[in-house]
Amino acid sequence: MAERVLTGTRVRNRRLDIGLRQAHVAKAIGISGSYLNLIEHNRRRIGARLLGDLARVLEIDAKLLEDETAASVLGPVSEAAASFPGISVEDARAEELVARFPGWAALVAAQRARIIQLEARTEALSNRLAHDTQIATSLHEVISTATAIRSTASILAETPDLDADWRGRFHTNIDTDSARLAESSQALLGFLDMEMEGGGAQDASPLEQAEAIMAQNGFYLPQSETAEPATFDASADKATHAILTNWAQGAARDAAALPLAEFMQAARALAFDPARLAARFQVPLDMILRRLTHLPASADAPLMGLAVCDGAGVVTFQKPVLDFRLPRSGAACPLWPLYQAMSQPGRALRRVVRLPGAARTPFECFAVAGAVGDVAFGAEPRVVATMLVRPARTNETPDVVGPGCRVCPVNDCAARRHPSLL
Amino acid sequence: MGQRVLLIEDEPNIIEAISYILSKDGWTVHTHSDGETAMDKVLQGVPDLIILDVMLPGRSGYDILRDLRADGVTASVPVMMLTARGQAKDRDMAERLGATHFMTKPFSNADILDCVRTLATS
Repeated sequence: MAERVLTGTRVRNRRLDIGLRQAHVAKAIGISGSYLNLIEHNRRRIGARLLGDLARVLEIDAKLLEDETAASVLGPVSEAAASFPGISVEDARAEELVARFPGWAALVAAQRARIIQLEARTEALSNRLAHDTQIATSLHEVISTATAIRSTASILAETPDLDADWRGRFHTNIDTDSARLAESSQALLGFLDMEMEGGGAQDASPLEQAEAIMAQNGFYLPQSETAEPATFDASADKATHAILTNWAQGAARDAAALPLAEFMQAARALAFDPARLAARFQVPLDMILRRLTHLPASADAPLMGLAVCDGAGVVTFQKPVLDFRLPRSGAACPLWPLYQAMSQPGRALRRVVRLPGAARTPFECFAVAGAVGDVAFGAEPRVVATMLVRPARTNETPDVVGPGCRVCPVNDCAARRHPSLL
Repeated sequence: MGQRVLLIEDEPNIIEAISYILSKDGWTVHTHSDGETAMDKVLQGVPDLIILDVMLPGRSGYDILRDLRADGVTASVPVMMLTARGQAKDRDMAERLGATHFMTKPFSNADILDCVRTLATS
């Protein structure tokens, strides 16, 4: 790292930049030329009052002559240079830049800070766009409708001899789809506006950061099969690291109780039926639900997702599958079996559900809630609900559950909390 | 009769548009919009090419693709996956399950036509 730029050096550089002689400056502030010379060569400390006088004569903000201010600017200036490796800068002269052009250097430092802030915000928004069920559902609707319009409009434009009947049908289709597109895009915009106003675009929480790392690992740690401790990126913050460590320890406990080879053999034989697997291995159902969703890709198991929530309804873990993903807290549809299980601890629930609108894949859900951790007299139990979700392979008519009231088109719903944007 | 393509998609206006452009190009187009019964439809008359949407009512396109590749009768039928999700993980999933081609919505008619022609001759 470059050495601190000393105040005397900056005084000298500034004086030379504006073309003043040492004697002139010394006289203006009432000191001798030789004393100013000692100051400029950093051989005398400068008091606050003298620094103020010097700044006035040199026509510069006194703070820009101070050591600490310069040091605080030099770091970001160097970082700014390093962040654009394709641009060749005079690294060795960064100190000189700060000393001779403190205002410009401060501007570069401020811009560097602003870029860091905006990058963090962009990443948070990007994560939200990629993972929020409500946004994903709305975007799917918009994209599907846009696809139909684009394809139909191309036919009309590129087929001059189109039969009159077809022409009429395609015009009608475009009319219908354009109205649908207008509504769905307005709803999406309204939703995003609400998110921005409500703070939805804040930086990712430790839980979201941990989940992103879990997703990078395919929600599976090979170490869990061998009881080896898992290690995570040391740059993750403390809270994120703690969440990941708990997750790894839980996965290892489940794997120890349900060894991979034996479990997969039984799972295939029992058609991945959670209840029969729980009976086969004599373990709690929630352990089976977790194990089924923590398998290596090589196991080639069916698609399965998982959600875990606490007593407040806050989703503390989830592995998304297809268009299934619950909002973190507060905004989820209470009709999901996960929340129904929470009101009936110990009772295993199985329901086939589907989301309304364009995303209509039915999901088979298995949910159960129960106390976790040590049980002690007089101590409040910690109850969590666990739900496995997988694309349904049954002829049962699914119940409709919403992605959340804001973007749910089902109006006749006893669980509705507020009107839908749709 | 031209080569047969089975379009498994649940958006009716997308079905109509794709059916029109493929029919005009000489294909015999069959359509189906339910994921749960899609395999039955395929096995009623194995097509030369399948265009398969990912988000279907009843069953996901990924699960259908998995079954298509596991069945000796349909294992070698070219399958073009359609999806509104263009993320790398979705493409990876499709490739891992054996999709011949992966196309992201919205697409152009020319893209669809080019792809179908290419797959038919590959």
